[in-house]
Amino acid sequence: MKRLLSGNEAVARGAWEAGCSVASGYPGTPSTEIMETFALYPNVYAEWAPNEKVGLDVAIGAAYAGKRAISTMKHVGLNVAADALFYVAMTGIEAGLVIVSADDPSMHSSQNEQDNRQYAKFSRIPCLDPSDSQDARDYAIAAFNLSEQFDTPVLLRLTTRVCHTSGAVEVSESQANLPEPGKYPRNPLKYVMIPANARQKHPVIEARIAEIAQFAENFELNRVEWRDTDLGIITGGIAYQYAREVFPSASILKLGMVYPLPKKLITDFAAKVKKVIVLEELDPFIEDQVRAIGVNLFLHSEHDSREYPMTKSIFPVFGELNPTIVRKAAKRAGLYNGEIQDSDWKVDVQLPPRPPTLCPGCPHRSSFYVLNKLKVPVNGDIGCYTLGVAPPLSTTDTCGCMGASIGVAHGASVAGDKERHVAVVGDSTFFHSGIAPLINVAYNKSNVITIIMDNRVTGMTGHQENPGTGKTLQNQETVSLDIQALVRACGITKVLTVEAYDVDLIEKTLRQWLKEDGPAVLITKEECALLPAARKRYISLEVTDQCNGCTVCFRIGCPAITKSAELDPKYNRPLAEIDAALCTGCEICAQVCPRDAILFRNQMISKAN
Amino acid sequence: MFSFPNLGINTPILNFLLVGVGGQGTILASNVLAELGLAFGHDVKKAEVHGMSQRGGSVISHVRWGEEVHSPIIAKGDVDILIAFEKLEALRFVDQLRPYGVIVINDHNITPVTVSSGNFIYPSDETIKEAIHEFTRRDYWVNGVKIAEELGNNKISNVVILGALCGLLNQDPESWFNLIAKKVPGKSLNINRAAFFQGISEIAKEH
Ligand SMILES: Cc1ncc(C[n+]2csc(CCOP(=O)(O)OP(=O)(O)O)c2C)c(N)n1
Repeated sequence: MKRLLSGNEAVARGAWEAGCSVASGYPGTPSTEIMETFALYPNVYAEWAPNEKVGLDVAIGAAYAGKRAISTMKHVGLNVAADALFYVAMTGIEAGLVIVSADDPSMHSSQNEQDNRQYAKFSRIPCLDPSDSQDARDYAIAAFNLSEQFDTPVLLRLTTRVCHTSGAVEVSESQANLPEPGKYPRNPLKYVMIPANARQKHPVIEARIAEIAQFAENFELNRVEWRDTDLGIITGGIAYQYAREVFPSASILKLGMVYPLPKKLITDFAAKVKKVIVLEELDPFIEDQVRAIGVNLFLHSEHDSREYPMTKSIFPVFGELNPTIVRKAAKRAGLYNGEIQDSDWKVDVQLPPRPPTLCPGCPHRSSFYVLNKLKVPVNGDIGCYTLGVAPPLSTTDTCGCMGASIGVAHGASVAGDKERHVAVVGDSTFFHSGIAPLINVAYNKSNVITIIMDNRVTGMTGHQENPGTGKTLQNQETVSLDIQALVRACGITKVLTVEAYDVDLIEKTLRQWLKEDGPAVLITKEECALLPAARKRYISLEVTDQCNGCTVCFRIGCPAITKSAELDPKYNRPLAEIDAALCTGCEICAQVCPRDAILFRNQMISKAN
Repeated sequence: MFSFPNLGINTPILNFLLVGVGGQGTILASNVLAELGLAFGHDVKKAEVHGMSQRGGSVISHVRWGEEVHSPIIAKGDVDILIAFEKLEALRFVDQLRPYGVIVINDHNITPVTVSSGNFIYPSDETIKEAIHEFTRRDYWVNGVKIAEELGNNKISNVVILGALCGLLNQDPESWFNLIAKKVPGKSLNINRAAFFQGISEIAKEH
């Protein structure tokens, strides 16, 4: 029977069916659910690693030890894990190793847009690019076989639309029957990459990729669908779906393996159609290779706009594709004559946007409120707390990649910037890549103040366990890392842990530290307000008739506080109102109110009794 | 072919677009629709964007039924039925409808921060209705939240709306509800059932 599976669930399913028994990864949209699903299968080991580099090393370790292993991450995770990718591309493995990179065209939840098919070419390993959930399951299985057949890691490259689209999938109820691993390899020529051995290896992996290209000619994942021969489309990944949708009568060469490419298959296909084009998302990855083979692609004359730069002949080089974009680009190139329902229809009303915000009760809010008051430059990082940049808190001056905050603040400090810099980092991000830069601050003696916002969970990606939470991915009890002790061990002597909702204490501490010299770390600790335990403590607060519409509470940017229709009789300005359905009772507003016009939790409780 | 002459629908691929605000059960509703499609023997695709939605943003889910469905995303102007769990979101996505398409609207508003902070104005009911009528007169309004509240659980307005959709498409309620039953906690089965059938009778009233 067919099941409805998302691409991510299908990858987990395929890996399990292939007998993969070790998985290590780090959360990141759109990849996260692969690990969360895989972890639930019987007889598998699955873990959240502190970062992608560690995750890939672990999977490599398992594959060296003879167990099929998988490592999952979002596109930028592979930047972090790239060092490991390049050595394992050289060493090869004992049992199948699959590296999953989930790219995010259009950056639905990412800081940049990058096409990780390039990593396959860069490191000389094969890359499979599924175009729906059935492919995702099938390609995961094929990837393990390919890995063992050619003694190479395989990149399984996904995109948001494949990860998060559900479709019908035919699965098998049985798992591959794999031999027990032999003795751990003692094979330094293969596994110890000292220069002498690595030099031997480089020609080997060049020959390997040529051999795989040969294999690609008859690989079942690459297939030709003959229809009309007027137009031939070479495509792969999600773009295959748009090719079918927009050009139902065109012949298609579907490349399941987008690196290395089958030369003969491509030239034969191109020779049999009148016009041949490449349809792919993001980089001209297939297109460049097809040109290099010497295929004459159909071109259209206008290569002038920013959206359709020289590097790609027809379709845009950035952003996610969709049928409308593909139709428009094809029309422009004279390849599509149909109607395009890109209605000039537009709603004629000004629509209030609904940007993401810090949730009501978010423990990050108090620190940003204080930082906004202190007017210091804030070097931010990646997580829910990046939303501190949004008005009215408007308190983040930089944000680049995970772990960047502390190093970037240190850079300003050693450059002699006149202002004192504050770095802001979440608990999971601190474990991921914040510890080394903090050691650097202590070691090289800058005066950066770091705030570690410890909301006891990896929040942004949907509440994953991390080394601070005391639980593993497979729900085992484990140690909970002591952040304060760790900070001290890094060489920072000025450390304080406070309750994250305590606005006064945060303000007092930071004001004091700003007067003193030297590095310091403030740990603001409080569970994310969306965690089940936190939800049990919700009490909604109330505004009393003491409110005169002074607007201070609006400055904390809490979605639960709104301007009411009622005006203050004296100043004629809107009074504050609390939405009982949204308020969690965190008391940040009550603390900042200069007129004590918002009741605290205990006042609410005694009022109720 | 999917034929609903009274709704002006006659199409080989039936396109549903579900929109709402994080926490409204939009995803659950789209899961139900996708599973239903599969159970009826159609090819199905359901696409949604996770990520920032938990933090008060809009939630969008595309569900497509057909003999063979390719693109997971519905092209602009190809939506047959827009299901909006919130009024402002109805307005935000109404231009995705094909001309004279069907829209089912939960008569409920959730104030975005951009409004509560005083920078934007939430459009009035008349403005919303007028703007929607520029696109279609096949608009069906159901006060799902009020119905759900009366039943004692304001979180299940999504099930009321699914009921309304089932009624609108004149489908067999039991086969629809059987699937919903699999997705909701066992102890809330009765109240979900009541919500679902209440949705059906609301639509019957409107017709
Ligand atoms: C290298 C890399 N891996 C993963 C991600 C995805 N990601 C964005 S924020 C985040 C976690 C943030 O957790 P935490 O630091 O605890 O902050 P919170 O969201 O809980 O406030 C992750 C994993 C990323 N952007 N970059």
